[in-house]
Amino acid sequence: MRIVFEKRKTLSRKAIFLVPLFSFFISLLLTAILLAIFKTNPFITYAAMFQGAFGSWPNFTETLVKAIPLMLAGLGVLIAFRLKFWNIGAEGQLAFGGIAATWVALFWSSFLASWMVLPTAILVGMLAGALWAGIPALLKVRLKVDEVLTTLMLNYVAILFAEHLYYGPWRDPKGFGFPGTPPFPEFAWLPRIAGRAHLGLVFAIVLALVIWFILNRTRLGFELEVIGNNPSAAQTQGIKIAKNIMIALLVAGALSGLAGVCEVTGISRRLQQGLSIGYGYTAIIVAWLAQLNPIAAIFVAVLIAALLVGGDQVQMMMGLPAAMGLVMQGMLLFPMLAGALFTEYKIRLIRPRTSGSLV
Amino acid sequence: MEKKTPILEMKGITKRFPNVVANEQVDLELYPGEVLALLGENGAGKSCLMNVLAGLYRADEGEIFIQGKRVEINSPRDAMLLGIGMVHQNFMLVDTMTVAENIILGLSDLPFVPDMGTVSKRIRELSERYNLQVDPESHIWQLSVGEQQRVEILKLIYRGAEILILDEPTAVLTPQESKQLNRIIHQMTREGKSAIFITHKMEEVIAFSDWVRVLHKGRLVTVKKTSQTNPQELARLMVGRDVLFRLEKKDRNLGGVALELKDVQAVDDKGLPALNGISLIIRSGEILGIAGVAGNGQKQLVEVLTGLRKTTGGKIRIFGEEKSNKSPLEIINTGVSHIPADRIARGIAGDMSVANNLAMKCYRKPPLAKKGILHPKRILDLANRMIELFHIHTPTPHTHAKFLSGGNIQKTILAREIDACRGLLIAAYPSRGLDVGATEFVRNQMIAQSESGTAILLISEDLEELLTVADKIAVLFEGHIMGIFRSNEADTERLGMMMTGMKEGIGELRD
Repeated sequence: MRIVFEKRKTLSRKAIFLVPLFSFFISLLLTAILLAIFKTNPFITYAAMFQGAFGSWPNFTETLVKAIPLMLAGLGVLIAFRLKFWNIGAEGQLAFGGIAATWVALFWSSFLASWMVLPTAILVGMLAGALWAGIPALLKVRLKVDEVLTTLMLNYVAILFAEHLYYGPWRDPKGFGFPGTPPFPEFAWLPRIAGRAHLGLVFAIVLALVIWFILNRTRLGFELEVIGNNPSAAQTQGIKIAKNIMIALLVAGALSGLAGVCEVTGISRRLQQGLSIGYGYTAIIVAWLAQLNPIAAIFVAVLIAALLVGGDQVQMMMGLPAAMGLVMQGMLLFPMLAGALFTEYKIRLIRPRTSGSLV
Repeated sequence: MEKKTPILEMKGITKRFPNVVANEQVDLELYPGEVLALLGENGAGKSCLMNVLAGLYRADEGEIFIQGKRVEINSPRDAMLLGIGMVHQNFMLVDTMTVAENIILGLSDLPFVPDMGTVSKRIRELSERYNLQVDPESHIWQLSVGEQQRVEILKLIYRGAEILILDEPTAVLTPQESKQLNRIIHQMTREGKSAIFITHKMEEVIAFSDWVRVLHKGRLVTVKKTSQTNPQELARLMVGRDVLFRLEKKDRNLGGVALELKDVQAVDDKGLPALNGISLIIRSGEILGIAGVAGNGQKQLVEVLTGLRKTTGGKIRIFGEEKSNKSPLEIINTGVSHIPADRIARGIAGDMSVANNLAMKCYRKPPLAKKGILHPKRILDLANRMIELFHIHTPTPHTHAKFLSGGNIQKTILAREIDACRGLLIAAYPSRGLDVGATEFVRNQMIAQSESGTAILLISEDLEELLTVADKIAVLFEGHIMGIFRSNEADTERLGMMMTGMKEGIGELRD
């Protein structure tokens, strides 16, 4: 008996939905094996993780706190990925957005009316994120420079630049040596809606809907889809590829930039060490698990955030490494990538024929 | 003539592909120290036959003998061990490695750390002996196309090949490089090696070969000693028909000039001249066919007309307006439609729905879009209408285009381009690879379009298609128009000669 993969005649709609679901269960199973090796009861651990992420209102709002930057950066990543522009620079775009917002919040109140500072910080932060994504995009369309390298390297530039600022010129003189800028004036704080969860949640949900509409219902979205799918066909049909890549990447960068703005104005209310705990990289997982669908990204971001928060919980309660949440993330991605095969192929068993002589 | 044992003999080779018989009962003989030319139109089965010999395909029927002994060739490795080596049209070289590294790549008896000094020395010896000047230390990316070809030949000689197969070796070469190749081949035959080469160019057959075998539609038509034949005869045999079936077309009143090219020049991707002063005129309601063997400037001609390539000289006028070097979008907006030669690579977006693929040309404007917002219902209506009108077999309009068969993909492209067409259609190989029914459908659609006043530029490698569909035929050879004929006055022998670069007897038609 032979097992073969056979190409499906049409994309399986069922598989699109079932693959992520099954991947999740497989990842639970795989992690359970790992937990058993650690001599820990997986059921108790999962229960504790769930409890930690969703068990109480304050816990749930903390999950949302972590979900918001994942949503925004995830949206940014998925827009670029739809064009097959491998933007792994969300981390840097987020950091640079945060830096720019900090600049406005700390230094522009001298000449801006106080009610204008927060909106300006948001706008400038988004522009900064857009700039940070625009550089690799421009290099790609003009000089064909590989975006994986440029976006990745610009992450370090932005993160180290932030470090330079809060260790150096922007350091809080009254901060007892703590690496961070002075706190922002209160009018530059992003309003919180529940616990520490802030207005960024509303931004993310509204933007996800807007982006869904743009991608699926507008000329721009149509052109982006054709480019992502077959650039030669796009060129033949008169679609301007360079212009569209620039637009998409500026938007992508602005979204990640906004994630950074929300972190500094909504959570830390200053620029400090630990601005991002790898949100920009985790956003890549969010985008993939959501199969590049902006609406799905919102829910996936909450799930991934739950793994992060739950991981912290099991560390505190059960003495397991907090990295357990990260391990689960990884375990989630593997079956997902493997499972993508089933949307286009199905498995068929072939019984050997006894007759017939093949030379 | 004395009877020698042929070094290679192929007997009754038959190779079938789904729906096509590529080779049918083909025989071949090759004697040591001789050069055999395989002549035939595109799709005549030349490359297929050679792939059987090189171990890339397995024949369904037939036998192969090497020096009188029956052999089985199941893989390129088997072929290599039997002394058969093939230089493919697209070179199989690793750009970032050196000549020497490429030559020993894949050798089975290679030590873990090859002694590159000895390898280079041996390569130098061989290149001296056969006039194949290449530096073993240089990297492939530094070499010209002609030099890369020499590396391919050296690779085969290094491996002890006695029979060299050259698949259209001069297609990528400059005339000087071709002359040099001729000298190399002669040097090799003097050393007792034999060569088979596939070509379309008549003068090369005469200059290079001792024997000619002509294939037509998968069958061997004739075997001739090169010295005992002439280009005219070969051209007629290659095109393979004297009587032609002609499709009845209604008389049409031709309109104004739709497309006018004046001395248009362009270069290919390597910067070599591809179009050397093309001048032609197509009127509304007229179909102009471009005949010629692929690679003689057809691709570049389509690209300059659709805005995908810049011209280096001359003028293109579409409906009287200067349109040289405009963007593809500007040209689309003047009403030009384009059926691309490579339908999968350029024609469709495989992971998008059939409906979206059908909308891909007119999604910009009402009724499909208004102020940048698409109207999905209308896109679907349009798709359903076209699916019915053009008999596109698809499970639903939402099915991804890549799941369709080749014929239905082509119908999808045809539907989109014809629907959006406002006066000029550029169609490159529109029926290539399609079955009989789909081919007829495509041809009838083009005739119907021309009857409704569309000007059509039809590029095809199928003379029968050109003679039945086109009103006039222009022959393209090495970027020149060799002549323009009315298709009902065209003489296949003369067409065949012009397609292979013979200039005599040009009966030009001035409009």
